Amino acid sequence: MSAGSIPSGNQIKDPGYPTSSENYLTNSKGALSWLLTLDHKRIGVMYLIGVMTAFFGAGLLALLIRLHLFRPEGAVFSGPEANNWYNQVFTLHGAIMVFLFIIPSIPAALGNFLVPVMLGAKDVAFPRLNLSSFYLWVAGALFFIAALLASRLDTGWTFYTPYSTTTDTSVILATSGAFILGFSSIFTGLNFIVTINTMRPPGMTWFRMPLFLWATYATSIIQVLATPVLGITLLLLIAEKVMHIGIFDPEFNGDPVTFQHFFWFYSHPAVYIMILPAFGVISDLISVHSHKRIFGYRFIAYSSIAIALLGFLVWGHHMFTSGMGPLTTIIFSALTFTVSVPSAIKVFNWLATMYKGSISLTTPMCFAISFIFLFTIGGLTGLHLGTLATDMHLHDTYFVVAHFHYVMVGGTLVAFLGALFHWWPKMFGKMYNETGGRISALVIFLGFNLTFLPQFVLGSRGMPRRYATYDPEFQTLHQVSTYGTLLLGVGLLISLVVLLRSLYKGERAPANPWGGATLEWQCTSPPPFYNFDRPPLVGDPYDFSDIFWDSENERYVTIEPDRKIAPVEQPEPVHAEGNH
Amino acid sequence: MSTIEAAAENAHDAHGHDHDHPSFLAHHFDTPEQQFDSGKLGIWLFLVTEILFFSGMFCAYAIFRMLRPDVFEGCSQFLNTKLGAINTGVLLFSSLTMAWAVRCSQTRQNKGLVAMLASTLSCAMIFLGVKAIEYSHKWEMGLLPAGLFTFDQNNPHPETDTHYLFYICLPFMFLLAGVVLWLIISLVRGNEFHVKCAKPLTVVAICFFVGIGLGMILESGDSSHSEEEGLEEEVMMAEAVELGNESVLQKISRDDTNSGAKSELIARARQSDTAGTSIVQEGQIISGAIVSVEEDVMTKRQAGVFFSIYYCMTGVHAIHILFGIGFLVWLLVRAVREDFNPQYFGPVDYVGLYWHLVDLIWIYLFPLLYLIR
Repeated sequence: MSAGSIPSGNQIKDPGYPTSSENYLTNSKGALSWLLTLDHKRIGVMYLIGVMTAFFGAGLLALLIRLHLFRPEGAVFSGPEANNWYNQVFTLHGAIMVFLFIIPSIPAALGNFLVPVMLGAKDVAFPRLNLSSFYLWVAGALFFIAALLASRLDTGWTFYTPYSTTTDTSVILATSGAFILGFSSIFTGLNFIVTINTMRPPGMTWFRMPLFLWATYATSIIQVLATPVLGITLLLLIAEKVMHIGIFDPEFNGDPVTFQHFFWFYSHPAVYIMILPAFGVISDLISVHSHKRIFGYRFIAYSSIAIALLGFLVWGHHMFTSGMGPLTTIIFSALTFTVSVPSAIKVFNWLATMYKGSISLTTPMCFAISFIFLFTIGGLTGLHLGTLATDMHLHDTYFVVAHFHYVMVGGTLVAFLGALFHWWPKMFGKMYNETGGRISALVIFLGFNLTFLPQFVLGSRGMPRRYATYDPEFQTLHQVSTYGTLLLGVGLLISLVVLLRSLYKGERAPANPWGGATLEWQCTSPPPFYNFDRPPLVGDPYDFSDIFWDSENERYVTIEPDRKIAPVEQPEPVHAEGNH
Repeated sequence: MSTIEAAAENAHDAHGHDHDHPSFLAHHFDTPEQQFDSGKLGIWLFLVTEILFFSGMFCAYAIFRMLRPDVFEGCSQFLNTKLGAINTGVLLFSSLTMAWAVRCSQTRQNKGLVAMLASTLSCAMIFLGVKAIEYSHKWEMGLLPAGLFTFDQNNPHPETDTHYLFYICLPFMFLLAGVVLWLIISLVRGNEFHVKCAKPLTVVAICFFVGIGLGMILESGDSSHSEEEGLEEEVMMAEAVELGNESVLQKISRDDTNSGAKSELIARARQSDTAGTSIVQEGQIISGAIVSVEEDVMTKRQAGVFFSIYYCMTGVHAIHILFGIGFLVWLLVRAVREDFNPQYFGPVDYVGLYWHLVDLIWIYLFPLLYLIR
């Protein structure tokens, strides 16, 4: 109920602004107070800085790839080593984006900040474990930097055997990095599961949790159940390289396809680690900015869990061309289609939520709408790849590249940016320039489509992925794609400038700038160190009926009817005892 | 009596920072029960990840055993059942003492707790000692993962200059020396707390060498025994080899002029070798083909893979034992400090669960690797 002024006869409930001794950003000073902090919010901010740095680095690599593909014979790298350089660049782009950015982006950076606040808890269940998973992330990142410097890693981010076991590039460094990052991910997931299970304050029932928490919970389940398998796979790969254990290496009777099975047993669920938190973010964004109760709350909540569980049964669809039995491929193909059901349930529920809502086209909402558009394309093209007949044609072409970029960039990255703009005022207590934010959302949307739509066409015409050079007939489409990348880069830079500028020039953010009903909007922006002095009053997270726009102070406030203090009655103890 | 008072004092010591939290209750928990439940759920989830971590190796085991059951049965001969059985017993006993330790921590029996933790640690050390004997013995024979596999059945005990056992023992010797030094220094300084910690830890460090001794006695008992029945493993292998050689040779000598049959035999042997299954055709040659496969079992590509899986599984298990030892030492120090009381015994309980899981994994490893002949 955004419109209009506050009805009279009501009390305004607003936490106001934090003092600098309450504010989690300023309540203690010095580098060590950050580096050794156990506060989930500060850890979240440190993660945010970390993943953004990784994203920036891997983004530059992506730019290099696209610039190189501007000309059929390759425009950036030249000389006899040109193709090797290209291979290294796309390998590091993939590995850094997947392991250092997308997987920890929403769950670790935003999840750390939001989960306890949304839940109404003071912190996650294991703050020390939380800090240690951040440092594991840092250690994993260092290993990746070492792999970058030791160079020559050109296996692709999947480390497929037998190439990875026979090449003498820095596979061991990179896989050790991924192994360590896996533990970081496991501990984060474990922490969130325990937090959500045991730290809910009174009144916070499972079905009063914001959908972001449901999505985080589903994600955490996958992180805990799938990542250990990646861990042992990478460990066996390292052992294979060091001692030639002969499990994956055909030279010693091993089976390279076993590696693919092990790898995708983790990495396909990992795709849902990447996208499920985005679903959660979008559910919240759509509802808040449409100022309307989310449509089909339980369906969205259960579909997250369904995706998490079904995600474990479909890994084989990465290997339709690797030599599996015909029956196996049919079963995997059929199971793959089942995942589209819960995904579609979500999309329809979001659309139904927007229907007849009073939509504010704020920056987060712009990102949320482009998410729905892009994710739908990404999801639907997935069906082409899950179909056996078409997959034989499309496997390892640019169609696949375009498909998973639509899901991971168009899906996760756009949702991540939307979430960042949505919760930025809460995290840092500053409002950004709304116009700038909207422009960046538009430019990113256009740039992204310009980059990846042509790649669908390229792929279906037979352009294979991971090639440094190509046939001149593909040049136009490749060039369009490269222009799109530049536009996308400009859009991301605008976002960055808008956000960073707000830190210096932004207005002070009110506690509830968007009219959200979840608990994080009930504490000040930025939240105080303890989040909530006493367990907060938990209501329906999507009930906007008592939230009103206070045009005088440019903020949303929760109102409650004036209460008269009832005369104090003396209870009659004798009767009370007897009746119970 | 004094321990109870001390613990009670501890519990209400640092009221300070907020509310009336006892010192063992972290600030973000409301009640000790909530803290305990969180930890319990956390450790169970962690154990699930551990099981999944091992599941990758169990999968590899299942796949390769399905492909080459004969390799697994043949190679299992080289694992010493006695040593495996002793280790199983030791670990089972350590699980008992661990469970007892949890009980002690719940009932505020601090001395019992320290004793039980020390026994658990000692069992862990004995386990590692016996394992060291097993490993070093195999390394000397060249029974190594596929890439390093150098076992030669005609010369199963090659002369080597490397004393593997010594290298394994070296870090434990330093450990023992360090702990003894610590004990002496704290005795001299009269620091009671340090003495209380160092005493049980000295016993623990010695236990590694008890394990070594135990392993040696069992091994030597084995070989003296073999004078009568023949050294179990070697003789069995030698028999298989002889049988293989003989029957192939017999057949060839019977048919000496037929060089075609001879080369076909070799081809078949190679084929079935790489295909992983024997090719069944025409009666007479089948037996030749199969036997010659058995003959080839002790190669890098066959036995090597078995030992790869053996080392991966037992090695990762041993690493878990090492981590467990670390946690148990931490608990022991805290137990000496009297940190635990009926309201706060979570850490003992969690480490206990972890220890039981490590034990359980060994209980699966033992029959899967040692008892499949």
